[in-house]
Amino acid sequence: MQEVLAYKSPDILADVPTHFCPGCHHGIVHKMLASGLEDAGLAQKSICVAAIGCGAFIYNYVLVDTLEAPHGRAPAVATGVKRSSPDSLVLVYQGDGDLASIGLAEIMHAANRGEKITVVYVNNTVYGMTGGQMAPTTMLGQKTTTTPLGRQSGSDGYPMQMTEIMSRLQGVSFAARVAVNNIKNLKKAQKALRRAFEVQEQGLGFGFVEFLAACPTNWRMNALDANARVDNEMIPCFPLGIHKDVAGEAQ
Amino acid sequence: MSRIFVKGNEAIARGAVDAGCRCYFGYPITPQNDIPEYLSRVLPVSGGEFIQAESEIAAANMLLGAGACGVRAMTSSSSPGISLKQEAISYMAGSDLPGVIVNISRGGPGLGDIGPSQGDYFQAVKGGGHGDYRQIVLAPGSVQEAYDLTFEAFDLAFEYRNPVMILGDAILGQMMEPIDTREPAGPDLQEAASWRLEGSGERSPRIIRSLRLAEGTLGRHNQDLQEKYIKARKEIRHEEFLTSDARLVVVAFGSIGRIVKSTVRKLRKEGHMVGLLRPITLFPFPAPALQDLARQGKRFMTIEHNMGQMVEDVRLSICGLAESGFYGHLPGNLPTPEDFEEPILKELTG
Repeated sequence: MQEVLAYKSPDILADVPTHFCPGCHHGIVHKMLASGLEDAGLAQKSICVAAIGCGAFIYNYVLVDTLEAPHGRAPAVATGVKRSSPDSLVLVYQGDGDLASIGLAEIMHAANRGEKITVVYVNNTVYGMTGGQMAPTTMLGQKTTTTPLGRQSGSDGYPMQMTEIMSRLQGVSFAARVAVNNIKNLKKAQKALRRAFEVQEQGLGFGFVEFLAACPTNWRMNALDANARVDNEMIPCFPLGIHKDVAGEAQ
Repeated sequence: MSRIFVKGNEAIARGAVDAGCRCYFGYPITPQNDIPEYLSRVLPVSGGEFIQAESEIAAANMLLGAGACGVRAMTSSSSPGISLKQEAISYMAGSDLPGVIVNISRGGPGLGDIGPSQGDYFQAVKGGGHGDYRQIVLAPGSVQEAYDLTFEAFDLAFEYRNPVMILGDAILGQMMEPIDTREPAGPDLQEAASWRLEGSGERSPRIIRSLRLAEGTLGRHNQDLQEKYIKARKEIRHEEFLTSDARLVVVAFGSIGRIVKSTVRKLRKEGHMVGLLRPITLFPFPAPALQDLARQGKRFMTIEHNMGQMVEDVRLSICGLAESGFYGHLPGNLPTPEDFEEPILKELTG
């Protein structure tokens, strides 16, 4: 009988046990990054800048040259990398606490300068690694360990919609929000990520892809309920889609 | 190469370019603005990169990124801005990354003033950021030395894979003097070839990080760092002036060392047996030279433009051999050679 290769894991995705919790979406995003880079032939010229939080350990899974950045500073670090090594594909991997709170200045200005880097932003609405505290993206009414009664706009403000903010900046060439909670969303996410890499490769400017991600552990949910929450609560608050594609629109 | 008449700040900027600095990241703050202004004119037209960053924090983190790519890069600031850079400096030390940081220091604490001060000695020499690390600290006393030490700062940063700070002050930064420049050095593409990030290509991927969670790894790394700092002792530099027959050796660094030198010269003419030891590397500290002088029976006095910081290192260096007196000039005004005459004479006759 002839053997047909039905599935192959990307070579640059490490074959190791994962440290992520059951139902966490980081692993899915990692795999998508690995296959995206590999399929486009970019893995060997990539430099990844890892941030602080659960995603910090990306270098244990996606096997490319990787540099660790202090909390929130990854876009500044990546700026230094890209300006020093302009032929490399520079990838930034940040969570929502890292990017939208402590690192807000760095992401805004790297984007506004139109740095030719690709930022992958994983938004799970909580500080995951530290135990599920409120993030700038926590939705109104959402309970976390520091909003025990649910986030109240009067005292805690509102969930920050980073893709919309990024889209408004002239330096940003591509901005999309995607999800990986079902096959349909996953396919769209793959496409958006591929496009973001293209934007960098063509020297068009700054690319931003926000992944809505489930954090079952800190949401106190099982994996299926967490996936459903992405559909029922997150997507209405953080609308999916290509929010900006300057070159695409021009074509 | 050529003889030019420049400010200390511009000498540092020129020294950086001549030493092969390709990237500069900074943020405006007085009294160091001549450095970014000069480099914004020169670097982009010579194939380099200049970025006026959104903050001191971002500038220092850009330095970290450039260092990881093995590129000669620099940031500069003044005291309050240097405080903001400490996070990245700690990460650079923890990740064994090179980079040059210039502090044209001013009066503090807090916003202080924009005049000269040596109040940042502890911050520069004892760590500044979190964790058990050191940076190499060079303290120029003249515009020529500011140029020369900037050149050397890049060599040291790459040799030791460690942040190097040039600690000047508002006097040095704003003072004009003639200097001789050197033959510019092209960037040495091989100096970081064994560790820099550039995309893995055919080799296995490299990871540069300070996070070390596996059992024993953080301890081993801290041990390696300490061994690096001990190795760096061969870089100790200092200037001695009229110490051989001196009864009292005054210890002073940077511009204050320069001013005290004038005081010493004058007092010598009047027959007072004083000399000067000016540390040029503040870390590693010239303890051996101080100990040699102490064994010869010299007495010591430390003079600083603060209320007593380096004096702790002087006293530690000569502990058990000699004591050191201290005179501190308060920030807020510019000391003159005359300001130090009476304190030195008092120490000499006391």
